[in-house]
Amino acid sequence: MKQLSTKVTSNAHGQDSSYFLGWEEYEKNPYDEIKNPNGIIQMGLAENQLCFDLIQTWLAKNPDAAGLKKDGQSIFKELALFQDYHGLPEFKKALAEFMEEIRGNRVTFDPSKIVLAAGSTSANETLMFCLAEPGEAFLLPTPYYPGFDRDLKWRTGAEIVPIHCSSSNGFQITESALQQAYQQAQKLDLKVKGVLVTNPSNPLGTMLTRRELNLLVDFITSKNIHLISDEIYSGSVFGFEQFVSVMDVLKDKKLENSEVSERVHVVYSLSKDLGLPGFRVGAIYSNDEMVVSAATKMSSFGLVSSQTQYLLSALLSDKKFTGTYLNENQKRLKIRQKQLVSGLEAAGVTCLKSNAGLFCWVDMRHLLDTNTFEAELELWKKIVYEVKLNISPGSSCHCTEPGWFRVCFANMSEETLDLAMQRLKEYVESTDSRRLISKSSHERIKSLRKRTVSNWVFRVSWTDRVPDER
Amino acid sequence: MVALTAEKQDQNLLSRMAAGDGHGEKSAYFDGWKAYEENPFHPIDRPDGVIQMGLAENQLCGDLMRKWVLEHPEASICTAEGVNQFSDIAIFQDYHGLPEFRQAVAKFMEKTRNNKVKFDPDRIVMSGGATGAHETVAFCLANPGDGFLVPTPYYPGFDRDLRWRTGVNLVPVTCHSSNGFKITAEALDAAYENARVSNIPVKGLLITNPSNPLGTTLDRDCLKSLVKFTNDKGIHLIADEIYAATSFGESEFISVAEVIDEIPDCNSDLIHIVYSLSKDMGLPGLRVGIVYSYNDRVVQIARKMSSFGLVSSQTQHLIAKMLSDEDFVDEFIRKSKLRLAERHAELTTGLDGLGIGWLKAGAGLFIWMDLRNLLKTATFDSEMELWRVIVHKVKLNVSPGGSCHCHEPGWFRVCFANMDYQTMETALERIRVFTSQIEEESLILTKPMAKKKKCWQSSLRLSFKDTRRFEEGFFSPHSPVPPSPLVRAQI
Repeated sequence: MKQLSTKVTSNAHGQDSSYFLGWEEYEKNPYDEIKNPNGIIQMGLAENQLCFDLIQTWLAKNPDAAGLKKDGQSIFKELALFQDYHGLPEFKKALAEFMEEIRGNRVTFDPSKIVLAAGSTSANETLMFCLAEPGEAFLLPTPYYPGFDRDLKWRTGAEIVPIHCSSSNGFQITESALQQAYQQAQKLDLKVKGVLVTNPSNPLGTMLTRRELNLLVDFITSKNIHLISDEIYSGSVFGFEQFVSVMDVLKDKKLENSEVSERVHVVYSLSKDLGLPGFRVGAIYSNDEMVVSAATKMSSFGLVSSQTQYLLSALLSDKKFTGTYLNENQKRLKIRQKQLVSGLEAAGVTCLKSNAGLFCWVDMRHLLDTNTFEAELELWKKIVYEVKLNISPGSSCHCTEPGWFRVCFANMSEETLDLAMQRLKEYVESTDSRRLISKSSHERIKSLRKRTVSNWVFRVSWTDRVPDER
Repeated sequence: MVALTAEKQDQNLLSRMAAGDGHGEKSAYFDGWKAYEENPFHPIDRPDGVIQMGLAENQLCGDLMRKWVLEHPEASICTAEGVNQFSDIAIFQDYHGLPEFRQAVAKFMEKTRNNKVKFDPDRIVMSGGATGAHETVAFCLANPGDGFLVPTPYYPGFDRDLRWRTGVNLVPVTCHSSNGFKITAEALDAAYENARVSNIPVKGLLITNPSNPLGTTLDRDCLKSLVKFTNDKGIHLIADEIYAATSFGESEFISVAEVIDEIPDCNSDLIHIVYSLSKDMGLPGLRVGIVYSYNDRVVQIARKMSSFGLVSSQTQHLIAKMLSDEDFVDEFIRKSKLRLAERHAELTTGLDGLGIGWLKAGAGLFIWMDLRNLLKTATFDSEMELWRVIVHKVKLNVSPGGSCHCHEPGWFRVCFANMDYQTMETALERIRVFTSQIEEESLILTKPMAKKKKCWQSSLRLSFKDTRRFEEGFFSPHSPVPPSPLVRAQI
């Protein structure tokens, strides 16, 4: 239809991928403990639902903030009129301090370098508009969050070139992988403008090591390009090791006020750490004045609601609350993650050792019929339709090795997680016994499935899909 | 830092979009904002400060809004009455939006169109204010290099919203004061031809109805002819109806939604409405923008794009509750129109008394003031000179027509719905003093060597003996939240 733009007629929004198709199935048959106990359990949703009680308690103790009041007086009118794209000063200050607290107060964030955005979805897109021309590229380590295909490329025209990471070293970024990706971009005639990493990683749940961070900073220094560090899960770290931000590394390398520091940008959001994805609170932090200036103007296209800014400025300014919350959040995430890991182990399934995020990167390679992505999708279909668990296949995250799946744990009750693991265990046990079927019939079925799976995977989805699930 | 910046541009470290001026904020007219911010008027603390008349905000019914919010704590997910909904709302990020939100907005849109037409909640797509809505529509309907026709004068923010990140062009449809700035078939054809000659494929026509900055509404015949024009050419019609409920005059507001059914074989796939609660309800801070399209594919894709500017679920919840209170909504709309009419009358009566012309109009939050006879020459340079005097000497921040791409110099947009009665009186008094000083000077000049008509180059001293009583609870520059300086070019 020539009357619509190519952005509409193409599928570059990326929502026809299996990652989003799994959603459809879940929506048709969602699990409910009472109403639909045989429904599909949602494990493809990286949400943190473990700490709402803490926020609700805080609200009960803070009626002014809760009621959009100051000193007992309603300030609703003033908030209703406030649309300054610089944002509420108290909110940016509180956000800066919260980001510092998450990093153990080892680094400082200047509120004037924060640009608010409508979620990190908008923050990432805005940064792309500022740093890349259409046709220019950013390097991203695989596997990566499927939403990046939309957020970074769709309306900006930018390209993503993968930095291939493998299970042989726990999917860590190596120098050779970086160089290879850079060369690949050049072969494709794509000018590389930067590297974008998610740290802690989605979907891996691991944190970048100091070695990797140093490697990245050295790499962007030598190539004179940007580094975007999406640190959306920085407050969701629960292991013994502390989170190391790219800002820590800049400080350690004494690059804080250098030209290089102007090419390092951090993206943040309150959607994961605080469990508030509905509020659409994202932020860009940049040492580059021009980026801050341009991004601030662009934020007009997605400002944060003033009532939300006001509420959160009060919440995050309460240091007693933030300290308690971050601590308690970590504890609860750790317990829940352990529960998932043990449940997987009982089913004979291992996962990548991780200590951050709201998910585990699960190794189901041994359950594949063949070491192919077709087999991965076959397995995934079974898990969705038969085991009734919506999990995310590694291929949707651009993983180079088939057989890995992202499984979320922070968006359900303990009982539901138990049930999910029970179902998985039963499936694996039944699969083990089914593997004793004759090989010939197995081969026949496999070749049939190969064809039908390909058709099914690539069909265009014309219905709307829920977005934004990391 | 400047040297470093130049170096950065040389190395192309930043995109042209970031390094360039496509955001439109380098225009000279932002001086008016600065003058206001450096010296904002306050009746007691700063009686000589600049009065903000460049801000199209509807502040006249803030008291009704506040009262409703206080009386309905359940509309908040944070109060004791509403906190049981906190977690469900806080995790809700579905880009379809809360169903109750869409239903309430659809109902509100119907009420603001006098219930003459139905809106389907499933066609309502959220966006980051009308700013976000316009950009989304441009991304959906046009490719970089394509163009939209826009009647002049138009809202300056369109230059940014429709063009900056989309690469789309705006082609002016020139309107003239000789016929009250109405859009004529000749002007449309001329614009279409200009686009063709410039190799700009025209993808649509964007109208703002009621108009910003004119405050006029399109009559039924004109609206129908615009729909027919766009249908015939196979291009889109985008109707920005952000001021729908601000129509207070005799001529009623007619939405494009109403005329669709009146046109035989109308291709509604080409019709789209942009809306927002920023003006009609006076809630710009809550960022509630709406794309309403009759084209299913556009609805689908705009919805996916809305991920880049969803309405905060906390706000959706509040708005859903508020707009479902039909008694409140009816009362609000009624009172808002009355108060707008009153404030408009105060301003225009005052201007009439001073012999200052203004375009007859019955909607919007501003008037289109005619100061052509105060220009030294009929040029935009002259208009800018006059404007600087108005800002710096008369101390009124108004918006010069040139910034709205008006074809003729000498017109100014003057907002009236963001101040109380006393401030309005102060503004009128200043204008009175200004015009009388011009009279005096032109009389002096006519005696010895009368060549110039009216001259405003003398310095104007303002003196006020009385401090006006400040209306309690109205727009206070000393509110705990800083007053909206509004650097975003909404003028």
